[in-house]
Amino acid sequence: MIEFSLWDILRNLLLATRWTIVLSLIAFVGGATVGLVLTFMRLSSSRILQRFTSLYVDLFQGTPLLMQLFLIFFGAAALGHPISAWLAASVALTLFTSAFLCDIWRGCLEAVAKGQWHAARVLGMNYFQTMRHVILPQALRLSVPPTVGFSVQVIKGTALASIIGFVELTKAGTMLNNATFEPFTIFTLVALLYFALCYPLSCYARHLEKKLYDAGLR
Amino acid sequence: MGVTLDFLTLLPYASELVRGLTTTVILTVVTTLTGIALAVVVAYLRLHGRSWTRFCMGSYVEVTRNTPFIVQLFFIFFGLPGLGIQIDAITAAFLAMTLNLAAYSAEILRAGIGATAQGQLEAARALGMTRLQSYRHVVLIPAFARVYPALISQSVIVMLGSAVVSQISVFDLTYAANFIQSRNFRSFEVYLVITLAYLLLAFVMRRVFMLAGNRLFAYQQGESR
Repeated sequence: MIEFSLWDILRNLLLATRWTIVLSLIAFVGGATVGLVLTFMRLSSSRILQRFTSLYVDLFQGTPLLMQLFLIFFGAAALGHPISAWLAASVALTLFTSAFLCDIWRGCLEAVAKGQWHAARVLGMNYFQTMRHVILPQALRLSVPPTVGFSVQVIKGTALASIIGFVELTKAGTMLNNATFEPFTIFTLVALLYFALCYPLSCYARHLEKKLYDAGLR
Repeated sequence: MGVTLDFLTLLPYASELVRGLTTTVILTVVTTLTGIALAVVVAYLRLHGRSWTRFCMGSYVEVTRNTPFIVQLFFIFFGLPGLGIQIDAITAAFLAMTLNLAAYSAEILRAGIGATAQGQLEAARALGMTRLQSYRHVVLIPAFARVYPALISQSVIVMLGSAVVSQISVFDLTYAANFIQSRNFRSFEVYLVITLAYLLLAFVMRRVFMLAGNRLFAYQQGESR
């Protein structure tokens, strides 16, 4: 049997942390892109688009992320198109993230007072001009703190990819545990690594929130 | 390739579905109660405790909020026996869910408690209420009423997150799904049905909590929030 020193364990966990970071970035960038499209669909005047997006958001917020992962990973295989754990995790986390970001951003856009819409329209601006010059600059400022805060949920969400066999931090932890039988040390280290990733983001989100509050915007 | 969905293959497994559903519901109900009760204690100690208790509670809340639930669960189930503390899977699930919900709810409650005007507490004391009475009636219950919707959302999030306890072989809804699909090989149908079951559960939970809230906090309705 190979002996694992504490450094070996930590080194392997750190190597696996890369994949947690990469998966988080994919999910966040993908989720932001899809989420942006959804946000505008939600705000459009078409009833069908509005219905569709609110159903989409409700579905992803009302079901476990784990089930979404299973449905995509095993579902695709059962329907005759087997996909890798990488792809399944990326797709599931992207969809999950997009639903939450859509909800957050819609809230921010709606938080900009209705009167400003009317005022801009009265001044002769069209929809896009109003969006571009009046609404978006304000909504953008409001949206940064909750978006940063949500990125913590995305990082934590990637831990579930371990269940479909994607080797990221959590999976590396369980694999190392099977090899070394030192669960206490390993899961403490895994938790600390997640904490090291998430805590700075949480603090940054709180700091941004406070800045907005001090600026009197909330 | 033509794919046909066959949901009838799930029928022989109705008893497993019911067993999984029952476990998920019981886990959720119990942890909601214990988690929120613990949250009250944590929020109180974080606001009014000595500096070291405040530090300890703050660390607990931050560590819990910044690590994945599955890692917390594995730490409790696999890690604690390493220290000589043996617990079975269901207890580990209860413990992990309670600690998780308590950390988030304590933060939510803290915000609610912080919104209480200091003058109200002084007024209650001046009226002759004891410390405990005034804290309970003037601070805690109105704080609950204020943050109740956020607490509902959090407990729904914990219910959805509880799907992970299947990984330490607790027979919950997700475990039932894995169990059934390993026998009838109809993974897509099984996961679809179970996903819808969770969706329904989340919907029912919100409804029930809302109705309970309307009754619990009925006399608070007049208060400006």
